[in-house]
Amino acid sequence: MKRGWLGCSLLLAWLALLAVPAWAELTLRDDRGVTLHFDRPPQRIVSLLPSLTEAVCALDACSRLVGVDRYSDWPARVLKLPRLGGLDDVQIERTLALKPDLVLMSSSERVSERLQALGLKVMVLDSQTHADVQRTLVLLARMLGEPAKGELLWVAIQQQIGSAAARVPARLRGRKVYYEVDPTPFAASEDSFIGQTLKRLGMGNAVPAAMGSFPALNPEYVVRAQPDIIMSGRAELATMAARPGWSGLRALRQHQTCGFDTAASYLLVRPGPRLGEAAMLLADCLAALPPLR
Amino acid sequence: MNAELVDSRRRRRLVTGMLLAALLLSALGLMVGSEHLGWADLGRADAQLIIGRIRAPRTLGAFGVGALFGLAGAIAQGLFRNPLADPYLLGSAAGASLAVVLVLAGGALLGRHVGSVNLAWLRQLGLVTAAFGGALGGVLLTLVLARGAQQTLRLLLAGVVVGVVLGACGDLLTTWSPAALRGRQTFMLGSTAFLDWAGVGWLFGGLLLALPFSGRLARALDALSLGEDSASSLGLNLPRLRLLLVLLLALCTGLAVSQAGLVAFVGLVSPHLVRRFAPSAHGFTLPASAVAGGVLMLAADVLARGLIAPQELPVGVLTAVLGGGYLLWLLHRRGAMR
Repeated sequence: MKRGWLGCSLLLAWLALLAVPAWAELTLRDDRGVTLHFDRPPQRIVSLLPSLTEAVCALDACSRLVGVDRYSDWPARVLKLPRLGGLDDVQIERTLALKPDLVLMSSSERVSERLQALGLKVMVLDSQTHADVQRTLVLLARMLGEPAKGELLWVAIQQQIGSAAARVPARLRGRKVYYEVDPTPFAASEDSFIGQTLKRLGMGNAVPAAMGSFPALNPEYVVRAQPDIIMSGRAELATMAARPGWSGLRALRQHQTCGFDTAASYLLVRPGPRLGEAAMLLADCLAALPPLR
Repeated sequence: MNAELVDSRRRRRLVTGMLLAALLLSALGLMVGSEHLGWADLGRADAQLIIGRIRAPRTLGAFGVGALFGLAGAIAQGLFRNPLADPYLLGSAAGASLAVVLVLAGGALLGRHVGSVNLAWLRQLGLVTAAFGGALGGVLLTLVLARGAQQTLRLLLAGVVVGVVLGACGDLLTTWSPAALRGRQTFMLGSTAFLDWAGVGWLFGGLLLALPFSGRLARALDALSLGEDSASSLGLNLPRLRLLLVLLLALCTGLAVSQAGLVAFVGLVSPHLVRRFAPSAHGFTLPASAVAGGVLMLAADVLARGLIAPQELPVGVLTAVLGGGYLLWLLHRRGAMR
């Protein structure tokens, strides 16, 4: 019995040691190639990109955020933080007044240069692919003083994507998806992070990687490609058949479509820690598609 | 004699009024912003930083940008003998916006395909230099297409062609790189939010160069206003003078655009304001239009910051509303007088 207690307390002590973040001075490089030096983990963070806001919160550091951009809306608690405008019209004065010890943003030369000139520490992180998201999460976790959490979070995301893939009916495997990001039309190709998620779900893509991540398409291209499944915003989907020549699209006629509402669309287009959730959303829609007659 | 006395009194009144407005608006410029700062806050370091390094350069810079646009507008209207001429007429706007898109899209397109090391020069070039170079490049292209500044009509047509073609190139690039679209949009709307002390230095350095130089060309503009034939008969070397005026116009516009983007209407409206209150020779109209442009831009900047604080309106939207409103009022009054 005594030995059991001793073992337990030793285990507890070891866990407590693990829980105390081991923090030494840290030097990191951001996506501009700029080297940033941290004496201690940042405690007052401004995030000017929704996916980075989500990443900070997913790494349990939401309480360290002191301001976010106007599009950050997840988790709900960030809605209470001061809103600092968009990426290209950041409220510089307000950002400075919040006295952040770190500003996270995607690349926008003018804003990052101006904020840096005013003495703020700026970290630029751009995610285009799954690998980028993993790298960003790991980097953020190290910087936040919780190095283990980055990989853990990535593993959890991978598991979620894995179970999403298991939900996709076997009959749909390899079917070509046309994912419309914008009715211009801009599509998510194989190369984009959305395309990579679809690939993990076992789906094909109507737009090959060679065309770039999010290429602008000629509407003709979609008609010719005859995608098996069409995914887009719900409102766009409702009027899609009225586009010249699109009424003949098999996917539309056979209701092989996924229309997402605004909140879901935002979730799907953010390369952040909710990639797994996005995969689930896609898989749920795929699983609910009516079988072909 | 009497009429001259009245004229000089009106001029003096206009200048005094504008200088007072500039002082008042500058003071407001230091007070208005997204943060409410009272006298008690002035001891705080962050308040000093906000006022000293954000509001002060922004306020002075807004005046400088407006002054350059006002001067450029007065030059353009004198050069083309057309009250609707605007500093962007010779392709500077399209050139600057294409250069901005090139830098933005270059970063996005090359970023994926080339290592980040090769991008260093693009980054160092920056949007400010690119916009300046683009504006000058646009005007030079116009000059080449018009085969110099021999003929006004040729110059105008070449300016229109360059504007359309460079604008289309910009559109083409944003199709390839949608990421550049957002930055381009911000540039087209104009903004004073990023003006820093270095920018203020450039703007006022430019003004200090351009104002005396324009003063020396004022008599040529006066002669031009009598018609090209009369100007030639006065012994003026018109092609050379036109070339100098075009270069001055390009320099003023390029400098202003590089710091604040494509701000609408300031260049068009300022000379109108001056001519309306104190019709005069170019020796007065040119510097007075510069001051009027500065005051207009200051007013727009203070309103942009204050109207929906803590959020901010794009300053170009306000100059368009203010300037457009003024022109409409002018049209309405002229219609009523007939």
